[in-house]
Amino acid sequence: MRIALLTDIHANIEALDACIAAAEAAHVDAWVCLGDLVGYGPDPTAVIERIVGLRARGAVVIQGNHDEAAAAETAAMSEKARLAIDWTRARLSADERRFLRELPLEARDQDRLYVHASANDPAEWHYVDAPSTAGASLAATDARFTFCGHTHLPALYHALPGRAPTYFRPLADKPVPLSRLRRHVVVVGSVGQPRDRDPRACWGLFDTADSSIAMRRVPYDVDETMRKIKAAGLPEWLADRLAMGR
Amino acid sequence: MQDLATGRIIDGFTLGERLPSGGMGSIWRATRADVDFPMILKIPFLDPGQDVSTIVGFEVEEMIMKRLEGPHVPRFVAAGDLAEIPYIAMEFVTGRSLEGEMKQAPYSWQTVAIYGAQIATALAALHRQKVVHLDLKPGNIILADRGAVLIDFGLAHHEELPDLLAEESSIPMGTPAYISPEQVLGDRTNPASDIFALGCILYEMATGEKPYGEPTSKAGMQRRLYHAPVPPRSHSRDIPRWLQEVMLKCMEIDPARRYATASQVLFDLRNPEQVVLTSRADQEAEAGGWRKLVKALVPGGKTPPPIQPSIAARISGAALVLAAVDLSSGVDTLAEEVRLHVARVLEAEKGARLACLTVLKTKLAGEDTLADASGRSVYVNRLVALKDWARPLRLSDARVSFHVVEALDPAAAILNYAGHNDVDHIVMGARASSALRRHLGSVSAQVVAEALCAVTVVRLKRQEEADAARPVPYRPKLIPTGA
Repeated sequence: MRIALLTDIHANIEALDACIAAAEAAHVDAWVCLGDLVGYGPDPTAVIERIVGLRARGAVVIQGNHDEAAAAETAAMSEKARLAIDWTRARLSADERRFLRELPLEARDQDRLYVHASANDPAEWHYVDAPSTAGASLAATDARFTFCGHTHLPALYHALPGRAPTYFRPLADKPVPLSRLRRHVVVVGSVGQPRDRDPRACWGLFDTADSSIAMRRVPYDVDETMRKIKAAGLPEWLADRLAMGR
Repeated sequence: MQDLATGRIIDGFTLGERLPSGGMGSIWRATRADVDFPMILKIPFLDPGQDVSTIVGFEVEEMIMKRLEGPHVPRFVAAGDLAEIPYIAMEFVTGRSLEGEMKQAPYSWQTVAIYGAQIATALAALHRQKVVHLDLKPGNIILADRGAVLIDFGLAHHEELPDLLAEESSIPMGTPAYISPEQVLGDRTNPASDIFALGCILYEMATGEKPYGEPTSKAGMQRRLYHAPVPPRSHSRDIPRWLQEVMLKCMEIDPARRYATASQVLFDLRNPEQVVLTSRADQEAEAGGWRKLVKALVPGGKTPPPIQPSIAARISGAALVLAAVDLSSGVDTLAEEVRLHVARVLEAEKGARLACLTVLKTKLAGEDTLADASGRSVYVNRLVALKDWARPLRLSDARVSFHVVEALDPAAAILNYAGHNDVDHIVMGARASSALRRHLGSVSAQVVAEALCAVTVVRLKRQEEADAARPVPYRPKLIPTGA
């Protein structure tokens, strides 16, 4: 089975549509959205509509911290993120906010765990950004594979039983086999706001046949998304960072 | 699980004769009804308390063998589940192990050159697949009818995969007689490490001696960080100076001063009269037999004076380069190769501007597919792909432009653009030759025939195909010197 993993879409419909088209062209059998559908970007409603459509086709959809914040009345966030969240909240219908509010924090499917940030205290939104934080996540679950997002930086952490995890930076479009002897945390790169200096949208392709993961990169019409962010009156940096991928 | 014996069946493979093997696992001849070539099964020892690096090395070998292809590696057949019955099933390569042949060393320089060239060919094919062997030694080289075949990838490293072994140990991993200085220091990423080992093997074939002996301690291995080996010609004056040059260049302490690629070693071994002799060729043994690092770092050749550009070359500095790239199937390996050549052209011609062109093929003359919304999105998608293709070149907006052109005939569109814009240099790709393409004529052939400027045609290099096309080389028996 081939599973498409989408995370940190951040209301970027151009990037999401490019990833969905690429995943369909890659003949995926299942879809997982790891959260942060909204926040930062100019098209929250269109993105929610697309994800609702995927869920109707069986997709697993997980809640991210921006989804929680946009659905709630107030939230603790950085100033730029909060500006964008207030902007987003004002544009969402009651139904859309309920959709975001009712998303689960995690989901388990056989040996796979899906969570937005980290398996330990998912509602605390810990970043898995180092072997130590990956170790904390691994310690909180017995799943062989934990798939998450939140950092916007594609990463693989793997650990032999009783050993500390080690880090590998996956290369674009190169599948990496995930060893049977180890447990893994797969941090999928961001669809709508990549921060690894590669401005292309990122989605994950997990193939259960050989337990391999590839971070697929897809160019999209970034100029259009930047134009919309500026036209919406959102902070300019949110547009500029898309061109730089950071 | 370890009660293995001849006749036992594992996942459909019937174990045959047990072959001699090292301490990491057992090796068995094997058969399976649907495989029509001889096979072996490699099965690791997994006793409780076994060093974890045994199983990690096995994982590494499986991961890498699955990705290798071509005549210079054994064919991979299958691998057992590591958590249940681990094994790797692969082709049994018929031939002679270089380890056995080495017992008759020293060999004539002609034999060294012939077999050295075969090993260099195999190494070049491996490196082209982004793999560094890191344990190249006579025991891991089989001289087969189809050329040299490299075996045992348990210490190898694939550029695109996690290096599971790097995390396992701080002890240098490799065989002490052939390990490179940088491997002794823990670097497991450099193809030059295999070039170093190749130099050691050539040395041993030509002299009958291992250049660094067989040290048993880390300190013994570290000696090669500071000392160059006894020059081969100190062992025998029958070794030509050019061959000493080749060997010592392979064995430079600083990896950057070795041959850049195995293909360059191959070229020198096949073209002895072309080898540029430096002070390496004339090195003689000093008292004590070891030469100091300072000596090894003295540059071998003189640097020629820089060439003064002509007036024509100077005014061509602001050239317009046209990159015509086929993105109909996305950024494929050929498009990446075209980009590499474009980067070289731009590097050579500072100040040159780049026009990136891709052709959207229409099916009918006069058809305007861009008029409707879906046509516009095809256009935008191609423009996005073209900008994405050019992004790694990191050119400022002032230096680069993008053009998506709709045309029935791509060659005519490229020629038309080049003519209208007074392009100085066209860089484009050519697909592999095929009967249909020869019949219809390729786009690149038409552009080359009709362009009024320089044209660079980029093709993907494939060693395996080149090998197949070349007549079978003359392979004399190994002749010990003096025989």
